[in-house]
Amino acid sequence: MAFAQASLSGKNRRSAVMAALMGLGMLGLGFAAVPLYEVFCRVTGYGGTTQRVGEAQAATVQTTSRVMSIRFDSNVNSALPWSFKPEQAVDHVTVGARDMAIFLATNNSDEPVVGTATFNVTPLLAGQYFNKVQCFCFSEQLLEPGQTVRMPVLYYVDPAILDDPETKDIQEITLSYTFYRSTDEQAVDAGASDS
Amino acid sequence: MTTITADGQIDDHAHDADHKPAFFQRWFMSTNHKDIGTLYLIFAIIAGIIGGAISGLMRLELAEPGIQYLQAWASISNGSEASLDQAYHLWNVLITAHGLIMVFFMVMPAMIGGFGNWFVPLMIGAPDMAFPRMNNISFWLLVPAFLLLLGSSFVPGGTGNGAGTGWTVYAPLSTSGSVGPAVDMAILSLHLAGASSILGAINFITTIFNMRAPGMTLHKMPLFVWSVLVTAFLLLLALPVLAAAITMLLTDRNFGTTFYDAAGGGDPVLYQHLFWFFGHPEVYIMILPGFGMISHIVATFSRKPVFGYLGMAYAMVAIGVVGFVVWAHHMFTTGMSVNVKMYFTAATMVIAVPTGIKIFSWIATMWGGSMSFKTPMVWALGFIFMFTVGGVTGVVLANGGIDDNLHDTYYVVAHFHYVLSLGAVFSIFAGFYYWFPKMSGRMYSELLGQLHFWIFFIGVNILFFPQHFLGQQGMPRRYADYPEQFAYWNQISSIGYAVMLVGVVIFFVNIGYALLAGRKAEDNYWGEGATTLEWTLSSPPPFHQFETLPQIK
Repeated sequence: MAFAQASLSGKNRRSAVMAALMGLGMLGLGFAAVPLYEVFCRVTGYGGTTQRVGEAQAATVQTTSRVMSIRFDSNVNSALPWSFKPEQAVDHVTVGARDMAIFLATNNSDEPVVGTATFNVTPLLAGQYFNKVQCFCFSEQLLEPGQTVRMPVLYYVDPAILDDPETKDIQEITLSYTFYRSTDEQAVDAGASDS
Repeated sequence: MTTITADGQIDDHAHDADHKPAFFQRWFMSTNHKDIGTLYLIFAIIAGIIGGAISGLMRLELAEPGIQYLQAWASISNGSEASLDQAYHLWNVLITAHGLIMVFFMVMPAMIGGFGNWFVPLMIGAPDMAFPRMNNISFWLLVPAFLLLLGSSFVPGGTGNGAGTGWTVYAPLSTSGSVGPAVDMAILSLHLAGASSILGAINFITTIFNMRAPGMTLHKMPLFVWSVLVTAFLLLLALPVLAAAITMLLTDRNFGTTFYDAAGGGDPVLYQHLFWFFGHPEVYIMILPGFGMISHIVATFSRKPVFGYLGMAYAMVAIGVVGFVVWAHHMFTTGMSVNVKMYFTAATMVIAVPTGIKIFSWIATMWGGSMSFKTPMVWALGFIFMFTVGGVTGVVLANGGIDDNLHDTYYVVAHFHYVLSLGAVFSIFAGFYYWFPKMSGRMYSELLGQLHFWIFFIGVNILFFPQHFLGQQGMPRRYADYPEQFAYWNQISSIGYAVMLVGVVIFFVNIGYALLAGRKAEDNYWGEGATTLEWTLSSPPPFHQFETLPQIK
């Protein structure tokens, strides 16, 4: 009986440890979901996430005869004292051809402010075919008081969009940006006090 | 289910070992699975009264269009004249509290903590749970969790006092939208309740795998034990994901991280994915133990073993497995491609197959059986009927295209109350009447039990069925007010609440009657239909049972 008791408590401990490890594994997966979700969005263009390509890859793209209109949408979070708008509301571009769009941003406050932009495209399915070569949204932007900056986006629409049955009928893509006040402003504050 | 016959199984020798500790030690430091089960049941009843009273306040306000009482209540909770916005915030606090209390502090403690603790060891022929002291910790973690949630209503949570985020606690309302400690307290409450459930799950898994009586293989195990085993695995795999999600909410709120904040590169939709990866298995956590109980009750009162025992057991396993890959059907309106919607629609509908197996097996169990319509059986039949109605509206809502229209309307409210308030709660009442004499040693009044059932059944149907119509007419959920066009069915729905309330009062009268004047219950008061091991013991069972393990043939 004593032997049976000892072996049962050992078995119980093993089962409990196994179960606890499963729980801990799921806890880890819960946190791992953050980078995994980012990778997932970047790779699949999920939620209209645009793609980022290098110069070398962009140079190999063939232009086609199909023309699409690209609309530009600009938003500013209420915490950011900027005005922000595209130079022109719509561009007509050939699928595969590179185009540059200019956005104008002005700091309306009397202090230097750092902003960072989030972005996506609609229709959401177009995200995986919308390639940016250069974009102001890749980095944080510092505007001095009253300063206006022309911010360029260099992009093209991947001709593969015409081969995908779900996206081949798309006539118009809207590229949307929202500028937020950057969350780590300490670095810039320090820089401002130096000058 | 396999009929369990145990050799010489009258546990007579236990009487001399039936020494109970003194009151404080017995109830506050308990390590006895039956006492802890009783504590869980009392806790669930108290939480159910509070959560049910909150829904009464809401039905009172919704009985007529316009704001009648809310502003006055908000003024009481503020201590000063409340603005309309603060009144609306109070509404959000009420829906949040009702949801969280009913899910985490009523249904889960009653089914898993209460009936699970009481009957899993009895049914598998074990002397107690594998880790009795951990069992004690599980229960006593739940008490501070509940107090934290209740306490959060008295501290600032943004527009007014209390956490007004909904039970889903979506960002950004729960992060930048709710300044003040209320939401932090609610999140911490969920952490504690989650830890309690995870410890409980580890305990159940260990008990069920290692402590079955000799001869009881997994395929001879009673279905209620199967249901608790599957539930424990769901808890173990789903709750840590919730813990991770709400921990990130806490750091977003307090430590400047931006997991769910687009300004810092995060995404609020990520929170929804994490929440529903937990949230969908959670709805099966709330119903699976009910499935187990209903199988026993239907078999007992049909005097037949359950039809298709293995199919019943593996249907629950299948529901548990598929339940993990359907979560985004709660998020059809967050902008998914047609392909993703098609997958989640199809996967969701697949769940109707094992659920259908269970419904048809219950019907087949009754078919040709020698049925008697005692109180537990009428509750079980009510469960089968109501759960099927809720299942049908669930299949409707599973369609991504239809959900675009019905998302966040009262149709959804009606659907999940049919499967929970009428499904899970009916199974809890069924189990309660089935086992109450076993737990207390006293019979309840059959007349009051029947009366409770019929009034409650009529009440909840008047309460929730019209909400289908409201939803189809486009009434959104989570609002304190509505235009005149929705007045008719809202009033009827509120009348249904009053009817249901009468039924609940009869329930408490019946418990009081049973405890004070109830006839003493014999060992197996249901007769030959009740075949599992708990019926071989006295009513109530001895403080320690199965000192010599029963042999299962």
